[in-house]
Amino acid sequence: MTAPVSQVVHVAIVAEPIEVGALLTLAQAPGVGAVSLFLGTVRDHNDGRPVSGMEYEGYGPMAVSEMRAIAEESCARIEGVRLVVVHRVGTLEIGEASVAIVAAHAHRAQALEATREVIEALKQRVPIWKREHYLSGDREWLDPTKGRV
Amino acid sequence: MSIPVLLFASYADSFGTRCLDVPLDAPCHVADVIRVIRTMPGGDRLPAVPLVAVNRVWVREEVTVQVGDEVALIPPVAGG
Repeated sequence: MTAPVSQVVHVAIVAEPIEVGALLTLAQAPGVGAVSLFLGTVRDHNDGRPVSGMEYEGYGPMAVSEMRAIAEESCARIEGVRLVVVHRVGTLEIGEASVAIVAAHAHRAQALEATREVIEALKQRVPIWKREHYLSGDREWLDPTKGRV
Repeated sequence: MSIPVLLFASYADSFGTRCLDVPLDAPCHVADVIRVIRTMPGGDRLPAVPLVAVNRVWVREEVTVQVGDEVALIPPVAGG
């Protein structure tokens, strides 16, 4: 009968494939009327180079605390949002999900806003890195500040 | 004494290790740690203002590193 209270429902770094259905279930609550899901997935090309896979590494404890801080900031700003934030590490194949953000709210505008807000902050602040594996056999760490290191 | 500094991803590759023993006595400033790391093999690959975390919190160069602090030198982040 009432809108949900803002809550960071679940934050995690995982080494196994992300179970999206389970995360959607976690975010649900009786007062929820909109659930927004963002998935980041591994694509088969970057900057014109064919990519065969992606390797993710994280500073685990700090990555979790930063993800939680981002989610808490979003919860403080968007009243009634319920958030789930999960990032995967390890070697991923093309098409696999590297990150999942679920935002549930009584209304769609806030749910959509929260997912966008969290993914943008995550890409700026969370200590996680990715190394592209190319079909040529080369591997390179990506550096958003200058292309590559 | 030395200060252990955690390295990740491209920095771990550059320095050939995941934990660098920086020959400095704590307490000192983060700026001191960075200055000494720049003189070590691989240190020339650091950006002008590298990211640093102390006890898993982002910090600026003027912050003091105490004995026992967890210091990490963080490559440009690229999650998502």
